[in-house]
Amino acid sequence: MEEVKLFGHPASPFSCRVEIALKLKGVHYDFIAEDPSNKSPQLLQYNPVHKKIPVLLHNGKPIAESLVILEYIDEVWKTNPILPQNPHEKAKARFWANYVEEKCLPALFKTFWSVGEQYDKDKAEAGEVLKFLEDELQGKKFFGGDSIGLVDIVANFMAFWFRTIQEALGLDVLTKDNFPKLWEWAENYVNCSDINQFLPPKDKLIAIFPPPYMGQHLVAFFQSRLAAAAAAK
Amino acid sequence: MAGEGVKLLGYWASPFALRVRSALKLKGIEYEYQEEDLGNKSPLLLQGNPVYKKVPVLLHKGKSISESLVILEYIDEVWKHNPLLPEDPYERARSRFWAKFVDEKCVPALVGVITKVGEELEKSAREAREHLKTLESGLDGKRCFGGTKIGFADVAIAWIAYWVRMEQEAFKIQLIDQQNMPLLAAWIDYVLEDPVMKEFMPPYDKLVKHTRDLREKLTAVVSN
Repeated sequence: MEEVKLFGHPASPFSCRVEIALKLKGVHYDFIAEDPSNKSPQLLQYNPVHKKIPVLLHNGKPIAESLVILEYIDEVWKTNPILPQNPHEKAKARFWANYVEEKCLPALFKTFWSVGEQYDKDKAEAGEVLKFLEDELQGKKFFGGDSIGLVDIVANFMAFWFRTIQEALGLDVLTKDNFPKLWEWAENYVNCSDINQFLPPKDKLIAIFPPPYMGQHLVAFFQSRLAAAAAAK
Repeated sequence: MAGEGVKLLGYWASPFALRVRSALKLKGIEYEYQEEDLGNKSPLLLQGNPVYKKVPVLLHKGKSISESLVILEYIDEVWKHNPLLPEDPYERARSRFWAKFVDEKCVPALVGVITKVGEELEKSAREAREHLKTLESGLDGKRCFGGTKIGFADVAIAWIAYWVRMEQEAFKIQLIDQQNMPLLAAWIDYVLEDPVMKEFMPPYDKLVKHTRDLREKLTAVVSN
């Protein structure tokens, strides 16, 4: 009898990645919602290095870091593989997953916090980063081909979290006009039943963004930007 | 063992290229090595890694693979003898976790020691010590990250052994505390003595000079 537990948060893109993978594989698990301002002793015990969610607990053994967890899940549960079989294709998937995580996430995130000239600069930089992904999607519905794969799962924040906050702030970093393939990919992605059940309601996401651990100054800044965007409409 | 047209684009001082060279050696794979001039990158490098334009790049059967840890996984999958990663999925996850930890935490702190001055330098050194202490916990009381013998995580992390010693000497700064981190200090000795691991480590004095020059150049920019 297998015991699978996931320590996560319903509005976290990182814990959402793990839920998508478990769902794709048909794995039953218990979800333990963590409060980032009041972490459980179990979380601190299972992830002493980073003290963060998500943590997957499988038969009592903890695995931390969402990309590491995704590889683990793919190795243990073989239905609906999220990585290709061919070693070179697998390497490409890992490359793009790392690219999304290490390049896209910071570049996109930066655009929430700048205004005026700095925003234009950050938007341009984000655009340079996104261009590679736009090219990578040519002729494909998902990064994984016809079905969702590792890169799609890791890019979840782009499809939903980023676009939701972008819309609320009235920004134009990733639009249908400037990145038509990425936009189409994002629309297909959020409409996938294996995925959309794990996406938090938009208004809820906006209400709790940014997470307090990022700093009160960011929370205040975000609120003022939201208000300005609403007034501009 | 014939590598069916395996070529590695690298740079003598790159710890990331070092990882791949060590892995290829452990597997006994024959390959052609091309030393890159980072100030004048070859067309092969620019084509092989158009996204980052960085070494290392592995070329195999006409295809290119970039990012050192991705290359290590590829090598382990294509050439199955002398496996780098353990068989057990949980142990594989642990190996990947620690390799990632080094890249995300130790690398920026160790780079900070080279590129920063004054209080910022002190901060980087402190962070580096903290992260190295955490890294020690990954050994889990064993001789190396792979258990009894060198594995994926050791290959990914081995360069730290060399670079930390080098930075300590070059900048007169303490990063590894024999008393505070006895297991990690022992691992460093073990790795630096291993014939495969040390084969491709850059000549020590050359690396010290290279790093000092780099620091002078970067900190001159900062203070101007």
